[in-house]
Amino acid sequence: MPAILIERVSKAFPTSRAAVTALENIDLEIPAGQFVCLLGPSGCGKSTLLNAVAGFARPDAGRILVNGVPVTGPSPERGMVFQEYALFPWMTVAQNVAFGLEVKRMPKAAVQARVDELLHMLKLSEFAERYPKELSGGMRQRVAIARVLALDSPILLMDEPFGALDALTRRSLQDELLRLWSELGKTVLFVTHSIEESIFLADRIVVMTYRPGTVKRDLRVDLPRPRDPAAPEFNQLKRELSELVAQEQTRHEADERLALTTD
Amino acid sequence: MNAWRRALQGLPLIVAVLALWELVGLTGWVNPKVLPPPHAVAARWWEYLAPPQPYDPEAGSRLAWLLSGELVQDAAGSLYRVLAGFVLGAALAVPVGLLMGASSRVYGLCNPLLQILRPIPPIAYIPLSILWFGLGNPPAIFLIAIGAFFPVLMNTIAGVRSVDGIFLRAAQNLGAGRLTIFRRVILPASMPYVLTGMRVGIGTAFIVVIVAEMIAVNNGLGFRILEAREYFWSDKIIAGMLSIGLIGLAIDQGMSLINNHLLRWHRGLEH
Ligand SMILES: Nc1ncnc2c1ncn2[C@@H]1O[C@H](COP(=O)(O)OP(=O)(O)O)[C@@H](O)[C@H]1O
Ligand SMILES: [Mg+2]
Repeated sequence: MPAILIERVSKAFPTSRAAVTALENIDLEIPAGQFVCLLGPSGCGKSTLLNAVAGFARPDAGRILVNGVPVTGPSPERGMVFQEYALFPWMTVAQNVAFGLEVKRMPKAAVQARVDELLHMLKLSEFAERYPKELSGGMRQRVAIARVLALDSPILLMDEPFGALDALTRRSLQDELLRLWSELGKTVLFVTHSIEESIFLADRIVVMTYRPGTVKRDLRVDLPRPRDPAAPEFNQLKRELSELVAQEQTRHEADERLALTTD
Repeated sequence: MNAWRRALQGLPLIVAVLALWELVGLTGWVNPKVLPPPHAVAARWWEYLAPPQPYDPEAGSRLAWLLSGELVQDAAGSLYRVLAGFVLGAALAVPVGLLMGASSRVYGLCNPLLQILRPIPPIAYIPLSILWFGLGNPPAIFLIAIGAFFPVLMNTIAGVRSVDGIFLRAAQNLGAGRLTIFRRVILPASMPYVLTGMRVGIGTAFIVVIVAEMIAVNNGLGFRILEAREYFWSDKIIAGMLSIGLIGLAIDQGMSLINNHLLRWHRGLEH
């Protein structure tokens, strides 16, 4: 049984001009433990698909099964990491990480122990009593990851989680994420518009088309980890993907021009 | 420290205004009965503040004696009314505001009535409040509660409505139910607005208390300055007004300190 099964999923948003078909007939089967990247230019429906899997928004048609069970709403079994971190600013780092555990009514001492463990795992121990506003973007995203890992969800959904970070921080968090993924054996569905990031991370890259959002190419990445962005195979794949993404980017831009002239 | 330096920056103007004011009196340009010079106001202020009787250990403690001056008694009376009315008004406004902000059904039900009542200034309730409650503290507290109610209510509604949807989604994703989300997400996230509403509300309460005391009560700062007018004690009127201003400033500063402490997590308050 696949960890995530997406069957003929479509979704449109009504707008003042015409309905935008964000997703059209998406079919995806993701086995447990796989690291999948959704790749495409902005506006091609990546977040819409991820939100549907997270249970924040229902698709108009089709269905999504997680471990055989239809998705009906958000659940801690599908932990989500947002690009904007979405940390609760009124809680300290430790309180943020403890939130999901307290909701589960875990005993106090166990919460404390688990929070300590997670903070240690993400190298956040000395920031336990800080508020999010006192942390850099990279540190905030570490906290968000720790908060989601606390749930012990078998599935991790990440929507451009490193999109707002500088290159060095981004690389260090990518390494960290791969380490956690190989240690914890989670299924990861990771949205990005960075070709390099997708090759660096994924077992499998799903390239999406722009309006309507469909699967343009579904390819496996068989390069051994850790991957070297300077390696010829890496660059070969990067060229291939660049071409695919560029075609969609062109359509995106043409669409924007058209929208401008018909206004 | 910085706050003190900023306050000191304004000192030259204050000194200049006092000097000019004194000068106006010295030259005899204006009748001191109309505008008494600052030194006369200061003397009257001291008289207003100082204990009326010499200290007598038999009669009570030293502290009680120190606080037996008329100004202290008036200020205590006014503050008691402000506090009682404010607590009453805010204690009603916060839960109603939370419900109205969180539920469009409750909002739809309550909003038309509140929009009709809101433009009525608290002062306009004076005749009715005296009719209902007679004279003394009850009508004053009622008026102050009305004055504090609307600012707190409107800000609480705005606060709940401004809660970023991403926090709600994050909380749902972490497994929180409706009640937990309300208590641990919506409530703290709307706190900056609620506290702003309370700051405005206590300001309004302080305005209303002065008016209420002029009409319904026979002590307090508002009563005292109106009483002083009957005897042409303009120095006492001004001393009373300055006391009102200083107490208002102290209340606002106190609120601001409480806000900063409660909102130490808040982004806007880098220190
Ligand atoms: N709530 C919405 N209302 C209207 N249109 C939307 C809404 N959300 C997304 N869209 C449109 O759907 C398309 C896909 O959006 P999204 O999934 O956010 O793309 P991506 O994450 O790939 O950038 C975009 O063209 C966007 O304009
Ligand atoms: Mg997106």
